[in-house]
Amino acid sequence: MSRSHSAGATFAAVTALALALTGCGADSDPLDDSGSDGGSSSSIAIGSANFPESELLAEIYAQALEAEGLEVERSFNIGARELYLQALQDGSIDLLPEYNGALLSALTEGGAPEGVSSPDDVYEALQDVLPEGTEVLEQSDAEDKDTLTVTQETADEYGLETIADLVPVADQLVIGAGPEWAERYQGLPGLKEVYGLEFKEFRPLDAGGPLTIGALLDGTIDVGNVFSTDSAIKVNDLVVLEDPEELYLAENILPLIRSEKVDETVTEALNAVSAALTTENLTEYLARIQVDKEDTATVAEAFLSDTGLV
Amino acid sequence: MDSSYLFDPEHWDPGAAGSIPQLLLSHLGYSALALLFGTLIALPVGLFIGHTGRGSFLAINAGNAGRSLPTLGLLMLMVTLLGLGLTPVLIALTVLVIPPVLTSTYAGMRSLDASVVDAARGMGMRPSQVLLRVEFPMALPVLMGGFRSAALQVIATATVAAAVGLGGLGRLLIDGLALNDYSRVLAGAVVVAALAIVLDLLLGLIQRSIVSPGLTGRAVRTRRAAPAP
Amino acid sequence: MIDYLQRNQELVLEALGEHVVLALLPVLIGIVVSLPLGYLGVRFPRLYQPMVNVCGILYSIPSLALFVILPVVIGTKVLSPVNIVVALSIYTVALLARTVADGLRSVDRTLTDAATAMGYRRIRRLFGVELPLALPVVLAGLRVATVSNISLVSVGALIGVGGLGALFTRGFQLFYAEPIIVGVLLSVLLAGIADLLIVLVQRALTPWARLSAGRV
Repeated sequence: MSRSHSAGATFAAVTALALALTGCGADSDPLDDSGSDGGSSSSIAIGSANFPESELLAEIYAQALEAEGLEVERSFNIGARELYLQALQDGSIDLLPEYNGALLSALTEGGAPEGVSSPDDVYEALQDVLPEGTEVLEQSDAEDKDTLTVTQETADEYGLETIADLVPVADQLVIGAGPEWAERYQGLPGLKEVYGLEFKEFRPLDAGGPLTIGALLDGTIDVGNVFSTDSAIKVNDLVVLEDPEELYLAENILPLIRSEKVDETVTEALNAVSAALTTENLTEYLARIQVDKEDTATVAEAFLSDTGLV
Repeated sequence: MDSSYLFDPEHWDPGAAGSIPQLLLSHLGYSALALLFGTLIALPVGLFIGHTGRGSFLAINAGNAGRSLPTLGLLMLMVTLLGLGLTPVLIALTVLVIPPVLTSTYAGMRSLDASVVDAARGMGMRPSQVLLRVEFPMALPVLMGGFRSAALQVIATATVAAAVGLGGLGRLLIDGLALNDYSRVLAGAVVVAALAIVLDLLLGLIQRSIVSPGLTGRAVRTRRAAPAP
Repeated sequence: MIDYLQRNQELVLEALGEHVVLALLPVLIGIVVSLPLGYLGVRFPRLYQPMVNVCGILYSIPSLALFVILPVVIGTKVLSPVNIVVALSIYTVALLARTVADGLRSVDRTLTDAATAMGYRRIRRLFGVELPLALPVVLAGLRVATVSNISLVSVGALIGVGGLGALFTRGFQLFYAEPIIVGVLLSVLLAGIADLLIVLVQRALTPWARLSAGRV
């Protein structure tokens, strides 16, 4: 088989193929409308980030709205903030649970403005930077912060209590977090700017998930980004480093929603959820998923009935 | 389409952690190990089945059965059961290599002209000589076809290693995705595809040089290639 | 595992349904696109090798990359299932177009000559004689495409649309093997059933194959 055919023929084949593929893309458009792609005005497409707590919160929102007779579509486990915010803006999803401080950081060039750290400050500051056509409803008391966490042994070995204690030893330590930490302000750039921290190596893993916990426990990494509500902290006796410079702001949970989907029913239902959520009960219900392996829908249902919302 | 990531010289610095050459190297490492282990397992089994004719049902169906195993699921299952590290990734990729090599080894052996094998026996060759000096070399063209397709599949699939925290070119895809950086994803796709093409050309050259000229049609050109089984 | 299935019946069934659609729709699209392409590759032999090369290149793009890049190329939303469908259609075409061409080329010239002598014109000869005779080769390719589509869909779970793949990511995030095992088994089962169906269709459509010494 010779490969000496003319470039012209190759070009013709590429063109033919491209045309055929474009054609088939257009053909499948009608399916898009009838499929589960959202976009029908009556139903609310709910998204979540790619970690269990976000999925639990999204499921709680979903069931709370369903209890009001609204139609919802679930589009969970999308990815990191950088990705799901795009999905929100292009209308793939209408609503998702967010964390006020992280959202503010993500939406503000160079991190959150100075002097903003209390939940109310953050909420206030958020109003100015939300993407057009979106808004946040009332925030809950429940907080889940990004943390830098180490094992008890590492803490003892280097005498670590706060993030600032890492500074003299950071060049010997490997840090692990979701890939987005490489560029996110609340990741490495912020740690460098606020604390002057530069680690020996960054290992891109997952958003406080099993990779990060696993790597922390088996010594692949020394410092990990773990969420403060994660049951793994208690189960594995991990040490959460304090954050004296408040790089990690208030992280209250709140619904981020496309404005066109906001009406009285939606607002009331979601505000009731926010009012019922606390850091304690969130941690407790999340443990039922993470430790007891109960499924998300069951735990969400239990939360709503235990708190008397549904 | 934004190709800035691909053409930024900074990302090609072999010394920088996570640079394209480093990712390329680890990608090749995973792929080569998986191909090695997969071939070490599948080749003897395929030769045995092809030589004896026993277990041919297994060899025929291994191809599609193996292809039906979702690599991502297998990988995540292995990580869940065995913990992090290289082992789960190598298991998942090796499982991908075995079916095409096994099936093509068997098909190569079966495609032999029975009279050639008979002639070899008639010449007084022992069974092991028949296998190694007649059957294996003659099965080589078909076998190499299977090996090449296994190699291509592994190169494209080794990207999943990044989904469980390892390196390889999949990092560009996973990190690009997490950062919503399409330019990086595009760079990953281009480098993986280029790697696959270069590797296929190389394997084609190797195939030409190790397959006996009497078998390739370079001596006598046949008009049609036999369809794959 | 049974326990997991019982507790999550609805979720699993939904994932399974999504998986079937995402995997099989591209197979149909792929067939429709590949038949004319493959035919062109035979009708104009100069196109054959370039077509094979292009298909090879397309096939070597990692699926995750294709899923993510497509929205930029065809203007779909990032989470749209259309991305998965189009990506898998591309793989199907990359596999099948070549198979169709090879299948048509494998038809014995004396048979097509005989058909021409009987007064078959080109189109009728194609559909009445050449395609049916090429069917075993084409269907062998279709089996490969269908089965690999079914296993590839799950990669979409990394961007939130992946049928049974959702069970993989869910189990993985909780370090919990059960959902992953359920997902893998169902995916393999689905591939097995689809494969079997194609074999049955092949038997029904090519009764002559069983008369001559048949190799499946």
